Amino acid sequence: MDRIAGIINLDHEQDVLDELTYFRCSAAVPFAGRYRMIDFAISNMANSRIDSVAVFARRKYRSLMDHLEQGKYWDLDRKRGGLFILPPDWNDPTDISKGDLQHFHNNIDFITRTLADYVVVTGTQNICNINYENVLREHKESGADVTVVYKKVEELYPEFRRSHKLDIDENQRVTAIHNDQHNNNVYMDMYIIEKNYLYGLIEDCIAHGCSHFFLDGIKGRLPDINIHAYEYSGGHALINSVESYYRHSFNLLDESEHDRLFKEESPILTKVKNEAPSKYLESSEVKNSLVANGCVIGGDVEDSILFRGVKVEKGAVIRNSVIMQRCEIDSNAVLENVILDKDCRISNGRTLVGAPEKPFVLAKRNTM
Amino acid sequence: MNKECVAMLLAGGQGTRLKSLTKQIAKPAVYFGGKYRIIDFPLSNCTNSGIDTVGVLTQYEPLILNDYIGIGSSWDLDRKYGGVSVLPPYMQSEGGGWYTGTANAIYRNIKFLNQYNPEHVLVLSGDHIYKMDYGKMLDYHKETGADATISVIQVPWEEASRFGLMNTDGEGVITEFDEKPPNPRSNLASMGVYIFRWDVLKQYLIEDNQNGESSNDFGKDIIPALLNDYRKLMAYKFEGYWKDVGTVDSLWEANMDLLKEEPELNLNDYSWRIYSKNPNQPAQYIAQSAKVSNSLINEGCRIYGTVDTSILFYGVRTEEGSLVKDSVIMPNVKIGKNATIHRAIISEGTVIEDGAVIGDPSPESEITLIAREGTVMAKSYMHETIK
Repeated sequence: MDRIAGIINLDHEQDVLDELTYFRCSAAVPFAGRYRMIDFAISNMANSRIDSVAVFARRKYRSLMDHLEQGKYWDLDRKRGGLFILPPDWNDPTDISKGDLQHFHNNIDFITRTLADYVVVTGTQNICNINYENVLREHKESGADVTVVYKKVEELYPEFRRSHKLDIDENQRVTAIHNDQHNNNVYMDMYIIEKNYLYGLIEDCIAHGCSHFFLDGIKGRLPDINIHAYEYSGGHALINSVESYYRHSFNLLDESEHDRLFKEESPILTKVKNEAPSKYLESSEVKNSLVANGCVIGGDVEDSILFRGVKVEKGAVIRNSVIMQRCEIDSNAVLENVILDKDCRISNGRTLVGAPEKPFVLAKRNTM
Repeated sequence: MNKECVAMLLAGGQGTRLKSLTKQIAKPAVYFGGKYRIIDFPLSNCTNSGIDTVGVLTQYEPLILNDYIGIGSSWDLDRKYGGVSVLPPYMQSEGGGWYTGTANAIYRNIKFLNQYNPEHVLVLSGDHIYKMDYGKMLDYHKETGADATISVIQVPWEEASRFGLMNTDGEGVITEFDEKPPNPRSNLASMGVYIFRWDVLKQYLIEDNQNGESSNDFGKDIIPALLNDYRKLMAYKFEGYWKDVGTVDSLWEANMDLLKEEPELNLNDYSWRIYSKNPNQPAQYIAQSAKVSNSLINEGCRIYGTVDTSILFYGVRTEEGSLVKDSVIMPNVKIGKNATIHRAIISEGTVIEDGAVIGDPSPESEITLIAREGTVMAKSYMHETIK
């Protein structure tokens, strides 16, 4: 049986979700009513029988550590392996590494000690439900040095502008990696690689003063190395802006879109909050909305997403909005095209209206 | 290192009055309140009360219960020293057999209790829905220097004869105990929550075991024996919500109690959470065609029909045009288009086909129970238990 280890590399993920990333990295941004972005990456690994996962954290990782704890919600509280959250505290005086190679260099023990033969490296902004065992199978069949995962997207939304795109030949071999805005083979910021080969590439990159492992160690070696392209065809959402966050949140209201990400056989797991079931009062009127547990709803909610423990008083109206954990919406408040971060309170009779294309975002723990 | 107080949770009962709901599972494993099983209440109470060692005595249909309890992590009872231990009947060199009664179950686990050498033993049952701080009761038990303390609750006089009743003096000392008397002289009902001094209980358990006439039951044998010997028994008055969910009707009623505007049993109290095993399902979806009011709905549900005054466990799907009213729908039930359900309890995994009519809408009518897992219901059923 082949074993895979996982690395979730947050080094290149910018905190670009405005108010939502003021106090947390984007991997820790709440999504889909009860999850954080990183839940998808980490659950995909858990569902692919990866039992050793390292998180390369760089900035604003307090909320991430709070969320992940010891990894028990993903069965990653293991005696051997398990979850390693690795913030940048390193003290090697001979260290000459730069960029994300600092992470690879200073945490090289994770790679050398793991029993796995292969390593999956991924970010968290490409939300998907993927099985890495299938990726590994194709990787081995192809005989490639590295297999990268891509999605053939139907429409090139603005969020793909920063993604790398792949040119692929008839044998699914990558011939070029670039930023062509007309190419719809979007690289999903994940690849699988044999452990010893990865180790060699890391050493080589550091020796040459490189600062970006994927760009310098993999992309920069084309055409000398054999890069295979694995096509992922399931549900996918790239979230790297408030606009894409908002749009993909509402896509989940469509059942088929929802079911492409949330599958019975490969569940997305998250921290358990032990909330009671949600309560719909006599006066409530809820339509086309996703509601997490622990909510108490007395008002109108339409085309919206309510996270865990939200209170909506009688007479309040919420439309096209994302309301995060434990917000309280008092009676006769009106919210439309709004994203409320956690613990916000909208008092009696207030009205907050954003634009459909540019929602109004209220940062964590605000009272209006 | 000894433990001050160890809890023993009696979870081996069949609960025959729950009819076919307990055909394949022990009563403490019966579902309640949209996401819980009955046993979540005593186990959460233990953990919230600071009692970290719990023996769970199992006997009847233990498979689901064992699987559910696991190592106790759902209730924070996975501990290095103590935690939860499942204690089924077992064989010994001189033979063995089933637990013959509630007292016998504890008697046969004296070795388990001796491991912790506790000062006090808390005896609980897995039949009731309530939130209670056993720590406060233990304080009372210690302050009064009682040999045993029994938690009591005031019940309406007209219902009193259904319970085991305590007659007390002005100080709360129990003078008499009547098990379901036809003419009650007190309305203080035993809640099935006892705290004993372990040295005293051990002595009475051993004596009880030697008495061939005994039915080895706490209410029938141990408590009367203690009273006979003028041991100090105190009644500890509990105020708050407490409900025996031993019958189909009371189980349904207790579920409906959660739907009141300000329910007596607050499940959203962050200082006293009721923990349970999490099914890890996505957020619930309420569709454009849905109408939901006065209901509790759990994660993983997809609602396209009307849900009124009902409780839906996780993974339930209701289609357009369907109506669920005054009902309790257990996990993963599928309800077809235009199906109607009134005053019913529907068991896990049942499929209600399009247009099926279940239950009787008239108030005061009997609760309809569809209790066999995975039944496919295509026609009409009323007042009828599908076994």
